[in-house]
Amino acid sequence: MHADEKMTYETWPAAPEKATLEAKNKFLGFWLFLGGETVLFASLFATYLALKDKVPNSEHYLAKDLFDLPLVFMATMLLLTSSLTSVYAMYHMKNFDFKKMQLWLGITVLLGAGFLGLEIYEFNHYVHEYHHTFTSSAFGSAFYTLTGFHGAHVAFGLAWIITLMVRNSGRGLDLYNAPKFYVASLYWHFIDVVWVFIFTVVYLMGMVG
Amino acid sequence: MSTLAQKKGFGATLWDYLTTVDHKKIAILYLIAGGFFFLVGGLEAMVIRIQLAIPNNDFVSAGFYNEVLTMHGTTMIFLAAMPLVFAFMNAVMPLQIGARDVAFPFVNALGFWLFFFGGVFLNMSWFLGGAPDAGWTSYASLALESPTNGIDFYALGLQISGAGTLMGGINFLVTIINMRAPGMTYMRMPMFTWSTFVTSALILFAFPPLTVGLFLMIFDRMFGSNFFDASAGGNTIIWEHLFWIFGHPEVYILILPAFGIFSEIFAIFSRKRLFGYSSMVFATVLIGFLGFMVWAHHMFTTGLGPIANAIFAVATMAIGVPTGIKIFNWLFTMWGGSITFTTPMLYAIAFIPSFVMGGVTGIMVASAAADYQFHDTYFVVAHFHYVIVGGVVFAILAGTHLYWPKMFGTMLNEFLGKITFWLFLIGFHLTFFIQHFLGVWGMPRRIFTFLPDQGFETSNMVSTIGAFFMAVAVIVMLINVIMTSIKNERVGNDPWGDGRTLEWSIPSPPPFYNFKQLPLVRGLDAYWIEKMDGKKGMTPAEPLGDIHMPNSSFVPVVISFGLFVAAFGAVGIGDKEAYGIPVLVIGFLITFGSMFFRSVKDDHGFHIHKEDLMNDDDKGGKA
Repeated sequence: MHADEKMTYETWPAAPEKATLEAKNKFLGFWLFLGGETVLFASLFATYLALKDKVPNSEHYLAKDLFDLPLVFMATMLLLTSSLTSVYAMYHMKNFDFKKMQLWLGITVLLGAGFLGLEIYEFNHYVHEYHHTFTSSAFGSAFYTLTGFHGAHVAFGLAWIITLMVRNSGRGLDLYNAPKFYVASLYWHFIDVVWVFIFTVVYLMGMVG
Repeated sequence: MSTLAQKKGFGATLWDYLTTVDHKKIAILYLIAGGFFFLVGGLEAMVIRIQLAIPNNDFVSAGFYNEVLTMHGTTMIFLAAMPLVFAFMNAVMPLQIGARDVAFPFVNALGFWLFFFGGVFLNMSWFLGGAPDAGWTSYASLALESPTNGIDFYALGLQISGAGTLMGGINFLVTIINMRAPGMTYMRMPMFTWSTFVTSALILFAFPPLTVGLFLMIFDRMFGSNFFDASAGGNTIIWEHLFWIFGHPEVYILILPAFGIFSEIFAIFSRKRLFGYSSMVFATVLIGFLGFMVWAHHMFTTGLGPIANAIFAVATMAIGVPTGIKIFNWLFTMWGGSITFTTPMLYAIAFIPSFVMGGVTGIMVASAAADYQFHDTYFVVAHFHYVIVGGVVFAILAGTHLYWPKMFGTMLNEFLGKITFWLFLIGFHLTFFIQHFLGVWGMPRRIFTFLPDQGFETSNMVSTIGAFFMAVAVIVMLINVIMTSIKNERVGNDPWGDGRTLEWSIPSPPPFYNFKQLPLVRGLDAYWIEKMDGKKGMTPAEPLGDIHMPNSSFVPVVISFGLFVAAFGAVGIGDKEAYGIPVLVIGFLITFGSMFFRSVKDDHGFHIHKEDLMNDDDKGGKA
């Protein structure tokens, strides 16, 4: 099968994300990249745990004083749901239903943007209400670096998915762009998994002190 | 259709190399850039040795000495050894597995250009206020206090070139997993391919901690964060951990490909199958795995406590076992073989005792209690130069001689090669053997001078004389390269006569599509098997057909250049200069803009048609 072949519902393979050699390479290479990303976030988590609540003096707020769980719970729900909607999008991609895939990707983007909006509001809140900033303490540096790296990944993921949607809106699915959609959704799941750990390690463990 | 470089003008050739996505040309780029930085790092080494030749010397100032010392280590590890190793991986590995290309030709080119611009950025520090001066390990407690911008250049430059290395690693992994020729099972892969595979896995998991460490350093120095600032709750030990979680696997990233090159050499020039092939594979994988378990042995004197020190000491000594397996396998490969003493083989034979000496002192410094004596003395300097020069540099020199004909289609002069070898071998031991004793006698490392009557004079002079031997050896090698290139006597597929693996079954240099028809691999040492069966070449595994090839692209250069610009912006922000933020933004716009361009523009590559392939008689010189 060639990447530039015109496909129909009948000729569409069961695993379009791995149908050509280029696609197979992309698929595996991206999984390996995510392995490296895992180590990157592991290092950030380790740094955060080493510097949690490490502040210069007692005037600084600690994790248990800062976090607002209802807000973070909302953000978590938005991101978890967006992961689910990206699964729906890939389901339609595998069934060669381009319109429905675009629809569910659109919903994914909206949910992801909602998450990012809440995170920006949250950071803004900490900075202005608690004077908890990137430069105020080692705790602040570690907190904003870990959550900020994740937030930057969300922003990049959004830009990526939007670019894919717009670029391919006129021509539908083929074996050249199917793996592109697939690895973008893999990236989105990875972002979601990282957030599960951030929610646990930073926020839940932060609340209990 | 062939892209014969010699027939083109200089401009066209330059453009060809700037836009190439061909792994063989990228290999040449790595060889040239890595070779250049090797000379720079060597020059820095000579400054160090001249300064230390006599007591109370004032050849350079103390501050400048710190810069030279830091840049020697950083340049040699990141900008010379790694790219030179990458040169051979790019040149040979795809040929060894019978692939027409690597998995991600574009990413491969991007990886090179990121490394290149990162390296250039790092060295720009010499001209812009001063080079980094906190040692190649750049411990945060020291690095944060450095008054010049040198450390900023260090952190940003390594960040850029590290990203390139990571991409290279992923590319090699996917190439080996997905693109092996029919019949090339994992346990038939040549040892150099295996070592490339394990090395790439190490790169994948070792570089992200460095990335994080460098980010923290960048943030602390330029953006006001407090990771390493104890007065704001920070902790400098985090840098030590992150750096060595990367740094220890890094030394295996360097030495495993060296082991791979030597494994090829021993088999070729003993005319024997590599002894204990499967145990070699096992040992390589085990060394790679254990390499991640031992980082804290660089931190024995940091004060992690006796339990941590004991665990890391034992884990470190365990690495001696798989390494010992390898040493004996190489010896047994030579045993009973019909050995020819070519230049690569001389390096390989000299490597065994030299490297074993480095290994033995490695066990000594791995003993946590004894390490309190050795730590920060010249004993440690001697140890790591024995493993890195006696292992990696020997392998790079050997590999240059071994693979030169495959890369350029002409043989380096053997006589000059042997002169280089002997000068280098003698110079190497003269320089570093005495440093074991200097260390035990109490000479600390990283000092810019020493006093008379401490008993260090003669030994340091001996060491400096040795360094000059090595410098002359490298000059002889350069003369060899120039002479060989001018003479340019073309050679055939298998210039050493005893090639065993697939790269020797195709022309030197290979056509840009490597294999007209993919070869059928019938066992380990695929080409040797066919030769022993009386055949002239490999049996094709497929009928002649169209070949799909990737298009050249200038985008990798632009993406890398954008980050190069952005890094200057980051330095400006650190200095609170007005130009900082705009330059950073412009740099990122260039990078992300060109990534966006790459993303939206379809690139399907092109096909070489069967008819053209039939007319192409593969007589070499077509890469």
